[in-house]
Amino acid sequence: MFQLSPTDYYAIRLSVQVAIAATLLSLPFGFAVAYLITFVRFRGKMLLEVVVNLPLTLPPVVVGYFLLLLLGRHGWLGSLLNEVGIRLIFTLKAAVIASVVVGFPLLVRSLRIGMQGIDPQLINASRTLGATWHDTLLTIILPLSLPGLFAGSSLMFARSLGEFGATIIVAGNIPGVTQTIPLAIYEYASSPTSEKMALSLCLVSLLISMVVLFLHEIMARKMARRN
Amino acid sequence: MQLSMTVQKSFNGFKLSADLNVSGDRVGIFGVSGSGKSTLVNMLAGLLEPDNGEITLDGDKLFSSTRGINLRPEQRRISMVFQQHSLFPHLNVKSNLLYGFKRCPVEYRTIDFDTLVHALKLEGLLGRGVTNLSGGEKQRVALGRAILANPRLLLMDEPLSALDDSLRFQIIPYLKGVSEQFGIPCLFISHSLVEMRLLTDMVLVFEKGAIVDHCSSEQLARNRMGQSSVGYINLLNLGRPSPSAGLFAYPWGAGQLLLSVGSDHDRSIAELSSKDIILFKQHPEAISARNLLPCRVRTLFSSGRKIGIELDSVGNTLIAEVVQDAINELNITPGSTVYAAVKASAFRMLPG
Repeated sequence: MFQLSPTDYYAIRLSVQVAIAATLLSLPFGFAVAYLITFVRFRGKMLLEVVVNLPLTLPPVVVGYFLLLLLGRHGWLGSLLNEVGIRLIFTLKAAVIASVVVGFPLLVRSLRIGMQGIDPQLINASRTLGATWHDTLLTIILPLSLPGLFAGSSLMFARSLGEFGATIIVAGNIPGVTQTIPLAIYEYASSPTSEKMALSLCLVSLLISMVVLFLHEIMARKMARRN
Repeated sequence: MQLSMTVQKSFNGFKLSADLNVSGDRVGIFGVSGSGKSTLVNMLAGLLEPDNGEITLDGDKLFSSTRGINLRPEQRRISMVFQQHSLFPHLNVKSNLLYGFKRCPVEYRTIDFDTLVHALKLEGLLGRGVTNLSGGEKQRVALGRAILANPRLLLMDEPLSALDDSLRFQIIPYLKGVSEQFGIPCLFISHSLVEMRLLTDMVLVFEKGAIVDHCSSEQLARNRMGQSSVGYINLLNLGRPSPSAGLFAYPWGAGQLLLSVGSDHDRSIAELSSKDIILFKQHPEAISARNLLPCRVRTLFSSGRKIGIELDSVGNTLIAEVVQDAINELNITPGSTVYAAVKASAFRMLPG
């Protein structure tokens, strides 16, 4: 009943790797963007919010196509990288970039909700007690944003595990190289004889997602108790 | 403390224009909600930038729009106690207390942690999370945290308004005692006249974004007597009571007062409104009020349509209020003698 081939194990490992890399890579940028949107007043804030949230409303395939235009050999950034010998398209790095772009709004949204819950008077108190702004950021805002950070990270991780549309455009579906769980399931589903294999990978995907969401709930409860 | 502020700030249709020069260690800023008190202290603390003006504290320029000076909050050494305690929820009591202390340059650290903890009776709370504290305990920790930052000025922005009456009067002795014990000047912001009188010597009155009066807290209370629905509130320092014919006899200076409520404390403060004092020119034959105090008139003062009378009752001061007709009828002049009648139930003990 439950069948997994060596390629499937590789796809599972790759999926987890891509999700972890995308989440870790996004965390500092997500925190910075959420901080800017929540605490800093500047011109063009609305534009930043729209740009950050755009991947939420765009079809992932469209995001993937834009990334292809940007990072492709003749793309604006891709051509520059190509000159220094860096190729991103149809590599694991491209899969990570696709996951970063698609999952980033979820991370920022959760972090922002967490930051908006911080009483501004705590920040004022910290400053009048002698803390510089970066000290306040590290000792007050960051610890109090942890619930949002954990929530955002787990959502982003789960979203990255399920990422398909953008990934297949920029990273392709190369078994053993860029084939993640959703791409492998897509390939099995296209073949009339691979129903069991597809179902097995679906169960693995379900299991990983449930573990992530359980961890998310446990962390959220711990943080709520602590605060 | 020597503070000079000439600042302007406009936002959302509100315009603040303050020009003050004040010295003293216990200064109050009095005004109703929305008068601009908090905006003023936020500018002083560096949390809000004035549109223009200058702020000088003890000779140091904190802000000057013309000279391009705007010290950051952490550079001003001005601690604040906020309306809500604003304790850091992820830190325990000890870490909250030490937050400002650790960030204070070593040369300014003159206040000892253990001495402060003892003064605020926080010994048993140090390891506890701040979410498990009562309202009064939280405000004591917030006060201790601000003091331990070794500031040169302590700002108290309505620190009692979020507390109920019983907690409020428990905290007042700490607010008063700690800033005095550790020699930190304080600027106390409140809309409560009683708090002003208990905690400050000098008061700046704020109305619609501008300072309209500058006087002692006692003078402010007298000025406001005529327009206040509760009159002037006499704050009477009483000793430990003893039962007396169904009432409680409290030592009051060299005299004694009979109250209907008892107290377990050696010292307590009772409120008595100027409206609850009835004056007689001569000793009445019989009266139901249980306190009949022979008094000498010290001075008279006008407040709105009322006349305030400062009375001397065996060395204690009482303020009564009457209308001009009563002054004429009783022929009250400074130096004359009257009898002040007060019911035992007219007093209100301040909790704590």
